[in-house]
Amino acid sequence: MSSSTLPARAPAGPRHPDPAVSPSDHPRRRRPSLSPRWAAAAFAAPLVLYLLLFYVYPLVQNFSMSLHEYDRATFVYGGAPFVGFDIYADILGQDRFRRIAVQTAVFTVVSLVVQYVAGLGLAVFFRRSFPLSSVLRAMFLVPWLLPVIVSGTTWQWMMNADNGVLNRFLGVFGADPVWWLNAENALMAVIIANIWLGIPFNLVILYSGLQNIPGELYEASALDGASTRQQFWRITLPLLRPVSMITLLLGLVYTLKVVDIIWIMTMGTGTSQTLATWSYSMAFGKGTSASIQYSEASAVGSVLLVVALAFGLLYLALQRKQED
Amino acid sequence: MLHTTHRTWWKTAIAMVLTAVMLFPVYWMVNVSLTRRESIRRGDLLPFDLTFGHYATVLSEQLPYLATSLVVGLGTVVLTLAISMPAAYAIAKLALPGGQGLSFVLIVAQMVPAVVMSLGFYSIYSSLGVLNTIPGLIVADSTIAVPFAVMLFTAFMRGIPRELVQAAQLDGASPWRTFRSVVVPISRNSVVTASLFAFLWSWSDFIFASTLNREGGDLRPITMGIYNYIGAQNQEWGPMMATAVVASVPTALLLIAAQRYVAAGVTAGAVKD
Repeated sequence: MSSSTLPARAPAGPRHPDPAVSPSDHPRRRRPSLSPRWAAAAFAAPLVLYLLLFYVYPLVQNFSMSLHEYDRATFVYGGAPFVGFDIYADILGQDRFRRIAVQTAVFTVVSLVVQYVAGLGLAVFFRRSFPLSSVLRAMFLVPWLLPVIVSGTTWQWMMNADNGVLNRFLGVFGADPVWWLNAENALMAVIIANIWLGIPFNLVILYSGLQNIPGELYEASALDGASTRQQFWRITLPLLRPVSMITLLLGLVYTLKVVDIIWIMTMGTGTSQTLATWSYSMAFGKGTSASIQYSEASAVGSVLLVVALAFGLLYLALQRKQED
Repeated sequence: MLHTTHRTWWKTAIAMVLTAVMLFPVYWMVNVSLTRRESIRRGDLLPFDLTFGHYATVLSEQLPYLATSLVVGLGTVVLTLAISMPAAYAIAKLALPGGQGLSFVLIVAQMVPAVVMSLGFYSIYSSLGVLNTIPGLIVADSTIAVPFAVMLFTAFMRGIPRELVQAAQLDGASPWRTFRSVVVPISRNSVVTASLFAFLWSWSDFIFASTLNREGGDLRPITMGIYNYIGAQNQEWGPMMATAVVASVPTALLLIAAQRYVAAGVTAGAVKD
């Protein structure tokens, strides 16, 4: 389609088979231009500068805060004493850290597993098109595209213990109302909402993975008398393995750092506190200005960063291996 | 033949039920937003006690926030495109030395937790005195979109035929001119995709808004307009859900008007450089 809009100019002849050859020796050149290397550097310079200023600098600043003992006054006026890794030692030694790390793991693993299974089931279901299938599949993207504050507040109201529609629904089956958002159940509540948020991503990626499995494999196995169930276990799942690994690892990195859905629903109270929300609450929690702990927040954030990057690099290594 | 059509319609029916379950929260939000305050707690399945009053409240209270979100969103789009397009051109077409390393950095950048970024930005902004400002929020929001946009543009620009770029160069066009009058116009579709996502992410951003722009008054985005309702003494669910519906409009427009660009973006996020 786009080829018709291209300028109808003869492609460069064999004189310039290599793009690295500078056009500077061409007779029709009108004015001297920078060497290609310099041009490339000039085009990339804004991005490099941007990354240094708005990625590296905030990260360095965050790390520096975790090595100094900040309080409200020193944050504003400066002069926070350097304490090395004392804050890390203090944080990592707390029972609370261990409890929150476990909660983070439960939140991440349960979210991931259920999202993946649901996403895979839906992807298989949508694999072969049927009337309205593409429209309905597009509708499944809605939770992923909605602002999280919108979904979070809606789930909060649906999970209201007295008037929420979820408890009314349970009541139809004679079940007792659940205090979804109290300290004990908060983790389950935010996991449910987070699964809902993550299903679309899993569906889209796994669906595109399924489209790359040749249909002949299914046809051939059907001729050999394979059942649908056998096809799933012997063809779909093994051939989808690379895509599955990528979906899960990418999902892991995204889920580890989730703040918004949890914070909006429960403010990280009770069992729903994760490393990310804990860090957030120590620095920015509503009504915590009296006891703001920037250094502790930065230390927890840095721990989270290290964990996220470890899994992120694993993802990249895996992807590289697949390309070879 | 008859058998297969029968079976596929049966699948359509199941898919509709699944979609309805999946979208129930969205329906519930709309339902609450249309129900009179006194009846919200009754939880009727349809807004029997119908009112548009909550939307009138939105119009009277939330317009400044909506305007701020629009400005921040557009600013984020402009900044994102301005940074990412030339860089992608350098990586894809000008054989940028270290281009692979740069692509690697961009992937890693997307894995940095937003809390960590917001803590760093908060400290920097507070010493520069740019907390609670629109440009400050635009810069922070753009960090969500820039790595994605560079990767999206790089992938697209790699596909631009080499001859096209060379033809412009042979005509004496400078690299900048080639970029501006050949590469940018061809990349139109990617520009749309990158812009849509940059806008949507900035519009939906909660973390940067709630940390870097907490006390910005009217200069706060719509996500903060909704957040204001949370934790109030007597949480007003009607106006809150009505605001949520209004805040979802860009999402709806995106799905209706630009679905193919969305699909391109979702997969691009997960695919390699």
